[in-house]
Amino acid sequence: MPTGLFNLVVLLPLLPLLAFVLIVLWTHNNKKLSAGLAIGGIGLSWLISWVIVFSSFGIEELAKAPFNIARQWLLAGTNWQAFGFTLDPLAAVMLFMVPFVCLLIFIYSVGYMGVGKKSGEHDPRGVPSEPGHVDPLSSRFFAYIALFASAMIGLVLSDNFLLLFIFWEIMGLCSYLLIGFWFARKYEDPKQITPKQAGLKAFLTTRIGDTIMLAGIVLLYTQTSTLSFAEVFQPQALEKLATTTTSLPIFGAVPWATLISILIFWGAIGKSAQFPLHTWLPDAMEGPTPVSALIHAATMVSAGVYLIIRAYPLMQAIPHGPALQFIAFIGAFTALFAATIALAQNDIKKVLAYSTISQLGYMFAALGIGAYVAATFHLLMHAFFKALLFLGSGSVIHGMEHGHHEAEHGHGDASRETRGHGELAASSFNPQDMRNMGGLFRRMPGTAWTFIIGGLALSGFPIITAGFWSKDEILAEAFINRHWIVFAALATAALLTAFYTARQVTLVFFGKPRTSAAQHASEHDSIFKWMVPPLGVLAFFAIAAGWVGIPTEFPFLGRFSTNPFHHFVGKLAEALEIEAPKLPFNLTPVALSVIVAVGGLLLGWLVYRKYAAAGAVPVGAVEEVSPLERPDPLQRPLGRVWVLWQGKYYFDELYDKVFVQGTLRLSRWLFNVDDGWIIDPFVDWVGRFWRRVSEASRWADTHIVDAVVDGVGSVTQWSGNAVRTIQTGRVQNYLLVALVTVSVLLGVFLLLPK
Amino acid sequence: MIPLTWYLVVAAGLFCIGLYGALARRNAVGVLMGIELMLNAVNINMVAFWRYGAVAQMTGQLFAIFVITVAAAEAAVGLALIIAIYRQRRTVNVEEIDSMKG
Repeated sequence: MPTGLFNLVVLLPLLPLLAFVLIVLWTHNNKKLSAGLAIGGIGLSWLISWVIVFSSFGIEELAKAPFNIARQWLLAGTNWQAFGFTLDPLAAVMLFMVPFVCLLIFIYSVGYMGVGKKSGEHDPRGVPSEPGHVDPLSSRFFAYIALFASAMIGLVLSDNFLLLFIFWEIMGLCSYLLIGFWFARKYEDPKQITPKQAGLKAFLTTRIGDTIMLAGIVLLYTQTSTLSFAEVFQPQALEKLATTTTSLPIFGAVPWATLISILIFWGAIGKSAQFPLHTWLPDAMEGPTPVSALIHAATMVSAGVYLIIRAYPLMQAIPHGPALQFIAFIGAFTALFAATIALAQNDIKKVLAYSTISQLGYMFAALGIGAYVAATFHLLMHAFFKALLFLGSGSVIHGMEHGHHEAEHGHGDASRETRGHGELAASSFNPQDMRNMGGLFRRMPGTAWTFIIGGLALSGFPIITAGFWSKDEILAEAFINRHWIVFAALATAALLTAFYTARQVTLVFFGKPRTSAAQHASEHDSIFKWMVPPLGVLAFFAIAAGWVGIPTEFPFLGRFSTNPFHHFVGKLAEALEIEAPKLPFNLTPVALSVIVAVGGLLLGWLVYRKYAAAGAVPVGAVEEVSPLERPDPLQRPLGRVWVLWQGKYYFDELYDKVFVQGTLRLSRWLFNVDDGWIIDPFVDWVGRFWRRVSEASRWADTHIVDAVVDGVGSVTQWSGNAVRTIQTGRVQNYLLVALVTVSVLLGVFLLLPK
Repeated sequence: MIPLTWYLVVAAGLFCIGLYGALARRNAVGVLMGIELMLNAVNINMVAFWRYGAVAQMTGQLFAIFVITVAAAEAAVGLALIIAIYRQRRTVNVEEIDSMKG
């Protein structure tokens, strides 16, 4: 084992962290240099990580004896906690993906933030910059994403729960900062959530999960006295957790393993935006699009899935126990639930956000039914194509903004000078609304091709895309292991996924433009030179990455495949004694997955073809109709269901009514309690009591203390008055007194007997 | 030789005259003179005791000389004070000088 080389894993999180520190402390005034530093840091990190990852692929014993580099760090009681990094097959495959996707997104961000463009003197801060201008805060942006990349790499490499939790929280912070990156942005509609509010919402919602997860970690420590993955996952430690029970209210006796697993899973629910903590992720799309791609699709949200994969031995300490059932239920439900919402969204990024939630649900469902390797595989594939889709949508949005700009102001530079500030230019036109798009295929070919490839991968288009191989594997495992409910939910979700992807692609790229902005959209601006190449690379991976996981039993193609991914990660499963038996090949789920993917895509295309083809003038109308007023083809047939989906099942409203308003009402009630019943009377009573005490004290002062002092004075005065009468001031009087005294004394001495 | 008692009687008489003067005179200068008389009465006593006691010891003589010296100093200071008082108050009547009255 090339341990010398592996020691370099320590550098991987440190390099982006160094970039963050340098940008924040020194280079923040220079946007180009800051972007260069961030890219340099992550680029170097990426190079080292790939060298490490590729040299680890050949090592058979890596699963049994993972590389570990650790330091004793914290003395808790009598136990030293070692903090360190570990490299095992799971960390290796994650390292293959994380720095690479980060690097591509960093490069894309250069274009997206307009680095290198001119900067207007009065460019407002904290709102999206207008086309042709650099974002005034782009150095800050690069610092944040560098910090984020550092935390994500650190999380993947962590060798214990506490270190993982620390990186977990750093990512939560970065997520908050980046969602609210355009903190000054305001909308005309007061109900529309602003980036500032969205960041707060995301932070608070994930905090609920994190707190529960921390409770789980603490309980784990009390039971095992260690937080190191390697030590917790020792068979005897797991055995002890599975057999000893604790009693809970309502549930009765519960094994520690189940309780801790479910508590830790809540952290994943929060981070990966699963039902019921899913509401923050769609609103997180208020952040800049590279952030949506990096944090809220490819890496951070999948950290929840990674956590469950990492802690899988703990989760299945009781095989097919309630913890796994809970995970499977939440995952399958979320996969279906989010897919239906995605059907009815009009915002290009919101569709992708719900799609992300749905796909993460897929992974959790896979983990819940024991598809350990398949879930890992899908996690990686999803990261590639979802990052691609988000970056593509960012490109589309920029293209639309440019188009809107062109349409409003023509081509002349003279008119450019008369423009107002960004807020005014953004006015009421929404460049993210898919109803405003259409026919962008010819205008933005680079974006369109890559986006379509990503969409095909997401919907699991058979054979050629990565999404097919990973999704198919999950479906196959569910089918063969006879988890019918999960299978049905996931198959339906797959159908819906293909359908909404087809809807999205059709609405955005095909047919005729529905607005003048879409008419004028283009990708000729210099920023696209930074934005399109990463799309191409990601598109390549959205297809080719799947080839490492083609099952060997697959008809025809299997003959060329050695399925290296399964071999590599499966070894880890073996070493951790996770039940991951090699499944017999079964044609039914494969056929079904082909049918739902192709069928969904076809259905979507058929339903939305006419809508898209109509362009700005719908069928039957003579003149242009505002695209926002045209009903969706599904709106009438689905009726109220459509309204429910478009309203996202009204969870936001429900949470607002129950939790937000509830908290407010509770606060008000407590305020009243304070005012009228408890606190104030108590305070008043205390006041009265001390007033009495003071009055008593005052009486004692005047009648005792003062009297004594006055008494001393008056006695002195009286005695002085008495004595002063003999002080005549005449010398002869004194002399006489002396004479009399001496005479008396003399007489006494003489007369008294000796 | 004249017996010691006579000297003592003379000294006592002189002392009484001086005492009377110091107590009864209104004039401050008179008071001062009374004090001088008392001091001289003491001197007579000392010299007489020396002469009728141990002649070899010179204590009596020496004390007498000390007393004379002190009396001279006292007369000088006393007269200076009286003159200062006179200049202030235009009087040397001790009954009027009572500013030390409490």
